[in-house]
Amino acid sequence: MNTTLGRGPVDSATRRRAVLRRTPLGAVALAVAAVAAWVAFLADDTPAGPATQDPGQFLVTVLDAVTFAGLLFVAASGFTLIFGLMRTVNMAHGSLFLLAAYIAIRVQESMVGQSRNIEPGHVGMLDWLVPMLAGAGVAAVAGLVIQQLFLQWNEGQELRQALMTLALTVVLADQMLREFGGLAQTMVWPGTITHFLSVQGERYPVTRLFILGVAVLVGVLLWLWLTRTGTGMVIRAGVDDRQMVRGLGINIKLVFAVTFLVGSFLAGVGGVLGASFAGAAPGTDGNWLLNSLVVVIIGGLGSLRGAAAGSLLYGTVVAFSPAYLPSEYSYYAIIMTFVLLALVLAIRPYGLFGRPA
Amino acid sequence: MTPPVSTEPLLEVRGLRAGYGASLVLEDLDFSMGAEAVGIVGRNGMGKTTLCDTLVGFLPPTGGEIRLRGQRLDGRAPEKIAGAGIAYVPQGRRLFPSLTVDEHLAMLARRTRAKRWTPAAVYELFPRLAERRKHGGAALSGGEQQMLAVGRALLLNAHLIVMDEPSEGLAPTIVDVLVDVVHRLVDEGVAVLVVEQNLRAAVRMAQRQLVMVSGRLEAEFSGAELLDRPDLQSRYLGVGGADRALR
Repeated sequence: MNTTLGRGPVDSATRRRAVLRRTPLGAVALAVAAVAAWVAFLADDTPAGPATQDPGQFLVTVLDAVTFAGLLFVAASGFTLIFGLMRTVNMAHGSLFLLAAYIAIRVQESMVGQSRNIEPGHVGMLDWLVPMLAGAGVAAVAGLVIQQLFLQWNEGQELRQALMTLALTVVLADQMLREFGGLAQTMVWPGTITHFLSVQGERYPVTRLFILGVAVLVGVLLWLWLTRTGTGMVIRAGVDDRQMVRGLGINIKLVFAVTFLVGSFLAGVGGVLGASFAGAAPGTDGNWLLNSLVVVIIGGLGSLRGAAAGSLLYGTVVAFSPAYLPSEYSYYAIIMTFVLLALVLAIRPYGLFGRPA
Repeated sequence: MTPPVSTEPLLEVRGLRAGYGASLVLEDLDFSMGAEAVGIVGRNGMGKTTLCDTLVGFLPPTGGEIRLRGQRLDGRAPEKIAGAGIAYVPQGRRLFPSLTVDEHLAMLARRTRAKRWTPAAVYELFPRLAERRKHGGAALSGGEQQMLAVGRALLLNAHLIVMDEPSEGLAPTIVDVLVDVVHRLVDEGVAVLVVEQNLRAAVRMAQRQLVMVSGRLEAEFSGAELLDRPDLQSRYLGVGGADRALR
């Protein structure tokens, strides 16, 4: 009726909205370009120095970024899998991470027959792999027990599930403190990979590349599982529309249990890698819950690709900020994580690969 | 397939009540059907989709009984109801955007061994789907999406298929295909319950038409009768009269 009258203002409003929608993207592109220019040419007075003058430092920072991203991916992929399918923010994910680390350290100590100052030379590949599988296995079973005891009968009650798992982290943290003590402990890498590579004149530890290798392996296996198997298809379908999956006669409870088992196992693998890389101590659980949360918020909850992209972005920011912020500001590197979060959420409120629930 | 026992209907619904929170949408709804095609027509907001959702267990009923071949299904989980033999082609198709055409069918393939409907049989029924095997569910045309939604439901090898607005937004040629599929299913002894807004499509799919008004099935007509009588159409379906101006 009066559409002809309304068309003018509507069109200009649409145009204005379109411009507004593009603005954050343009701002981010500009910011990325500015950061790249800074890192390449301008970063005097920083711990690393401009990349064009000190390519070695730059390469090491890049390697740090990808290898840390690998560790992030292993821990966060399980988290995102569980959330994506079950809409359960498993706040106990960090506890499973730490539990696996402690168990693996214990098993390694008893396998090597020594409880302090283990030399990497005395640690064979099996003395690392078997404890890793033991730790991750315990985490997987613990995760399954949590899911069966507390979560499965609260399906759809997200707040309740989150609060319950959060309470569990407190209980588990105390119990682990009692059992394993308050001192930081380290899982010892096998001697065969405790070497250094030379990267443009800088020494770089092979163990970090090993972490990256494990992450790639985990990523490939997960991808094959999700794309090539019936269970994987059901999981992806469940992320899209849980109710419809049930309407096709599929027992989604069983799928939930399998997913929780695998997700918790991955938390455990992450925990053992983390304990080998940076040690395990009270508080590690909270840190890694936070890390996993940041990664999946950036990448989009419930998406494996998102977990990979989120890990890479987060790893990049974590590695580059202390190296390329002016030296007197290095202390503020941690803030850059939140800048990253704010930027991503400004352009993609559901994360890079996320969809509204 | 053994012929349906005439004394016991395939699907029997008695005193069904269901709704959302405090608001009751279905009130003491009764009907029964054999291995035939039955249509449910009615205006918007009369509870047609609620009835479908309740039959397949997406919405638990607050009262009444649903029996399929004598087996009580009301209040059971959707996967149990699907397993007992009711398949659902929901409104809006509800395909899985993350899955390809092939994966939609492969996901259910394990249960279809030595059954009438396998992924291969679905591709034979809808050759257009076979051409688009590797495409994602969201990349299909509306008609192809509907074929996939029907094909997915067929893989359950169910006794009854509930279709909610299958012709919605589809080209006439695709509606022809769907009508044909419904007839074939009935010929093979599968019951089909079709909820439709589009009276012409509904009548072509099912001779028996139940009219839904405010959460109850108020009347039953043959398709021909409904088509011939504008007074019934304007009374029950909001077609003609003042309503026509709004279309």
